[in-house]
Amino acid sequence: MTKIDSKIPDGNLAEKWTKFKSSVPLVNPSNKRSLEIIVVGSGLAGASAAASLAELGYKVKVFCFQDSPRRAHSIAAQGGINAAKNYQNDGDSVYRLFYDTIKGGDYRAREANVHRLAEVSGSIIDQCVAQGVPFAREYGGLLSNRSFGGTQVQRTFYAAGQTGQQLLLGAYSALQRQVGMGNVELFTRHEMLDVVTIDGKARGIIARDSVSGALERHFGHAVLLCTGGYGNVFYLSTNAMGSNVTAAWKAHKKGAFFANPCYTQIHPTCIPVSGDHQSKLTLMSESLRNDGRIWVPKKENDTRKANEIPEDERDYYLERRYPAFGNLVPRDIASRAAKERCDVGFGVGSSKMAVYLDYAAAIIRYGKGEANKHNMHSPTDDEIQSMGKAVVKEKYGNLFDMYKQITGEDPYEVPMRIYPAVHYTMGGLWVDYNLMTTVPGLYALGEANFSDHGANRLGASALMQGLADGYFVIPYTIGAYLAAEIRTPSMSTDSEDFVKAEKAVQDRLETLMNIKGSKPVDYFHKRLGKIMWDECGMARSEKGLKASIKEIQALQKEFWSDVKIPGEINNLNPELEKAGRVADFLELGELMCIDALDRNESCGGHFRLEYQTEDGEALRDDAKYAYVAAWEYEKQSSFKLHKEELKYENIKIAQRSYK
Amino acid sequence: MEGNLNLTLKIWRQKNTQTAGKFETYQVSGISTDMSFLEMIDVLNNRLIEEGDDPVAFDHDCREGICGMCSMYINGRPHGPNRGVTTCQLHMRSFKDGETITVEPWRASAFPVIKDLVVNRSAFDRIIAAGGFISVNTGNAQDANNLPINKDNADDAFAAAACIGCGACVAACKNASAMLFTSAKISQLALLPQGQIEAATRAQAMVAQMDEEGFGACSNTGACEAECPKGISIENIARMNREYFSATFSSK
Repeated sequence: MTKIDSKIPDGNLAEKWTKFKSSVPLVNPSNKRSLEIIVVGSGLAGASAAASLAELGYKVKVFCFQDSPRRAHSIAAQGGINAAKNYQNDGDSVYRLFYDTIKGGDYRAREANVHRLAEVSGSIIDQCVAQGVPFAREYGGLLSNRSFGGTQVQRTFYAAGQTGQQLLLGAYSALQRQVGMGNVELFTRHEMLDVVTIDGKARGIIARDSVSGALERHFGHAVLLCTGGYGNVFYLSTNAMGSNVTAAWKAHKKGAFFANPCYTQIHPTCIPVSGDHQSKLTLMSESLRNDGRIWVPKKENDTRKANEIPEDERDYYLERRYPAFGNLVPRDIASRAAKERCDVGFGVGSSKMAVYLDYAAAIIRYGKGEANKHNMHSPTDDEIQSMGKAVVKEKYGNLFDMYKQITGEDPYEVPMRIYPAVHYTMGGLWVDYNLMTTVPGLYALGEANFSDHGANRLGASALMQGLADGYFVIPYTIGAYLAAEIRTPSMSTDSEDFVKAEKAVQDRLETLMNIKGSKPVDYFHKRLGKIMWDECGMARSEKGLKASIKEIQALQKEFWSDVKIPGEINNLNPELEKAGRVADFLELGELMCIDALDRNESCGGHFRLEYQTEDGEALRDDAKYAYVAAWEYEKQSSFKLHKEELKYENIKIAQRSYK
Repeated sequence: MEGNLNLTLKIWRQKNTQTAGKFETYQVSGISTDMSFLEMIDVLNNRLIEEGDDPVAFDHDCREGICGMCSMYINGRPHGPNRGVTTCQLHMRSFKDGETITVEPWRASAFPVIKDLVVNRSAFDRIIAAGGFISVNTGNAQDANNLPINKDNADDAFAAAACIGCGACVAACKNASAMLFTSAKISQLALLPQGQIEAATRAQAMVAQMDEEGFGACSNTGACEAECPKGISIENIARMNREYFSATFSSK
């Protein structure tokens, strides 16, 4: 049986990474040329890893299901990327970023990994600027910063509300440069459908060419899964339509442990659901909480329009409950607070499941600031409004436009209506310090792994982690494994292990096609999503979780007997692709509920109704649950729990307070 | 703004690259004005599946206007009638009850149709691979603030970098030219000091690849700028031409 060994280097926390880098085995340049690495996924983690490994001389193959690596969902990240540069002279440091991340994660992340993340954060900004990423700048030409939730410093670098896009295009450029040089072979519109293991080591993948439907076998000395998170298990989320758990789930079934699957991030500021037809939810960046104020009416079931409700009849509930952090409390806290207000009848909008995010005060504040800048001594209200709106437009224009397109309302004139939505998954494949899963040679990077965010991720830290893993961690840590593989020649994909793996994939696809039931894939996906949102979403309970596990098992059976997939197996068939993904979500959803049921405490995004303080805050149980829950797949609906104990040697573990 | 629409859809159906395609007509009813255009196609597709027909294949992913994957040519315009939005951001409140809507794939020989409304845009990836980067390996960089950049240049570079690579510019152009796409990347990098070292080789390599892919020439009609969902300016083409010609004149 696999034993969990996190392989955290010895020594002082602040020296671990430096010492590791100086002592990790190296692979000489000529040996690198004969070592092949498969990278699945082309988002921030995948593109940065593939480019960096190819620059080092490894032979790299990159796979993505989209038509271009540039489409990966990292592209949609809005607000920014954290780095401990302390350019603002406001007291930031590597230690502070480390501390904020551990605390933000509600003391459920691994200290050594998080410290390394904080250490390399500064180099990420340097690298991106060198690539030509056009970050926001001040008039003096230097980089601009803003603030995000759960921090009291300004350490977030950004490019308007399109930071993910700009960072991904930077990594994509670096990747395409290597493609052009012949160091990376690119496979677009390809979906990984299994990991191939030989003698217990990951040695390749089976991928399906989505256009021809043909299955392909690819060998690699190592396989990197950079395939993102699994928020789409909820059907409605801020993830892209294609975002899925399939690669990670196949790895799980081949022996990779799945860690903390129940840790889901529900983002507080999304555009509310408008109807049953809805296919996805849209995020309004957390950066909006820098300047926007969140409120609901003080009166229950108030039907007045927002602008008709006077100031003293508004409840700025985040400022009231959390004066120290105000509107910038971490996401889990802001989401729960919004749900609490709506559940007791103070919600707004036609569904009453929304709260206001108001820019009126910020517009006036910025307008007055501009008037001062331009030496206008008695500006009119109209002038203040128009100058203030111009500043807001520069900072958040694309977000305001997006809101208007979707809702038909103008957020410069009326407050936005927002509500929490599934956004990110902190859980993922269990990895050691080297980012290797429990399958030797199989790695997981970025959102696909579990490692850095504990039970709640802070804003602007996902981009940081994806790029840290790809640019600055894996190029070093993979040497620890590949240095021992230099005598392993490239293997033929005609071997029995490859043939068998491909046959299993083929059989599964044919089984799906042959069900010929009566309901489209979406029907099952929506039902799974509703179960997950109601019982494994923002609030969970023993009773609800136990019932959900049964419901999901029944839904699995129904899916495998009644799903209807049109079209052909050997042609572009989006419904077949979707069906495979939903089948995996149905199994993952069950494990998420099992994990949530096991964790008899509340922490971060995991809120069990039975475990809360008198004022409704999450109540951890450190004596019993300060561990990473790493689940081993045994057979259908049967998972074995392994515990990685979390030791806090540098941070005093405490009840998280943002008051 | 609640309301339901009944619509006639004329959609291009094509089995694969080799087969000829044709328009098929479908009726959809009870379409909420709050739906996005793609959600309306979802409704049609789920009905087609239930009726035993092949659903309409179309590219889409983020559904929030940033991935650049959606690509429908709606009533003769890329991404439909509204300015500054992608198809996934186009909502049905922009259409009238009883309307007939024609939906086609991008039309360009450099973007062959794969199936129905799905086209192959890998030519764009190859243009970037030819030179759309700064040659800096991971770990080479100096401290980010050692290189101050004039804010106006940084803002202009950002405006060019906002391109999502959807291909609407090519679809809108009567010559199927990729000048707006190519020039946006050349401009972004030429406006920044980091990018200037390779500016000449970049312009030449990217333009050469663009021509090799079979995109047409530019005849300055400006349709690309008008139809670009991200408002990429045609000034970028002028800047690219300057970069390209100065590179050609000064090349050894």
